[in-house]
Amino acid sequence: MTVVERREIALVDLLDRLLAGGVVITGDLTLRIADVDLVRIDLNALISSVNKQVPAPWGELE
Amino acid sequence: MTGLRYVYAVCRPFGAALQAQLIGVAGAPPKLLPHHGLIAVVSEVPERDFAEEPLKAHLEDLDWLAATARGHQAVIDALTAVTTPLPLRLGTVFRDDSGVRVMMEAREDSFRRALDRLEGRVEWGVKVYLDLEAAEAAEAARPQGKAASGRDYLRQRRMRSRSQDDMWEKAEAFSHRLHETLSGRAEDFRLHPPQNPTLSGAAGRNVLNAAYLVPRGNSEAFVEVVDRTKDDAPGLRVELTGPWAAYSFTEFHEEPAKAEEPAKAEEPAKAEASEKAEAPKKSGEPQEPQEPREPQEEDA
Repeated sequence: MTVVERREIALVDLLDRLLAGGVVITGDLTLRIADVDLVRIDLNALISSVNKQVPAPWGELE
Repeated sequence: MTGLRYVYAVCRPFGAALQAQLIGVAGAPPKLLPHHGLIAVVSEVPERDFAEEPLKAHLEDLDWLAATARGHQAVIDALTAVTTPLPLRLGTVFRDDSGVRVMMEAREDSFRRALDRLEGRVEWGVKVYLDLEAAEAAEAARPQGKAASGRDYLRQRRMRSRSQDDMWEKAEAFSHRLHETLSGRAEDFRLHPPQNPTLSGAAGRNVLNAAYLVPRGNSEAFVEVVDRTKDDAPGLRVELTGPWAAYSFTEFHEEPAKAEEPAKAEEPAKAEASEKAEAPKKSGEPQEPQEPREPQEEDA
């Protein structure tokens, strides 16, 4: 067992908090808060990491 | 053309100055917008990137999202050094300062309650990973003889898959114990869904992905407890992140979350899934009805 303390914050930890946490404000005076969730981000991460020639593994994400 | 207002956080007035060179999202410095005894931390962002439509499109772009998230976090981090900010969700944008002020008036009471509740607290992230390959390597180091026959081979294969189940169970039991210990030392906790290994790039499967709300003064002791989880369980890894602003604790609860602890702690991985499903229904927080999510990317 090892305990790791990272210096640089991993993007995924950041997104866990910035996209799933924080106060959500909705209302007429705001622009609609962006509707983004981690499922879609996962898709994007895969799109950019999957070679264009290789079909993306959508099946695994259902 | 003037820009839109990106809001990072709301906080109480604080004496200390923010770092002079601080840069937030879109390369803009944050400004303080005081109103009714509270302060919104905002920066001007260009309409071409942060109006509703372009913002939506940008959020599909992982590089843009990463840069924006880092900018947001840089400001929240700087605020955390001088006060206890109430962080807002990434991408909270208003047309102008007066829109921000109206929002602050409308939510003044709930902001004050949340700031009182979070005052002097920080968030620590704790994740447990099971690295099956490492665990198997440790297992394989134990002498078990060479397969002398087909039957031996099948038996060994069966044992190996049973031992994978065992390791998974051990990892869940370990996570359960760790979570019990840590939640006992925290004022509140949240179980986040396990992280996708493709996105995190981390080795192994994420078994526990928890956030704990801890008073600053108790943080050192909390970190020490996490450190002491070192034992000889092969293939398990604990990662600690923080201190964070209390991103995971900004919802308003009538009941302390600890009341739900036993059910959730029993099976961390499954409990997390249900936690996520319940997340939008926190009490006390006016929420717009959620739009049904359209099936997406299926034809992509």
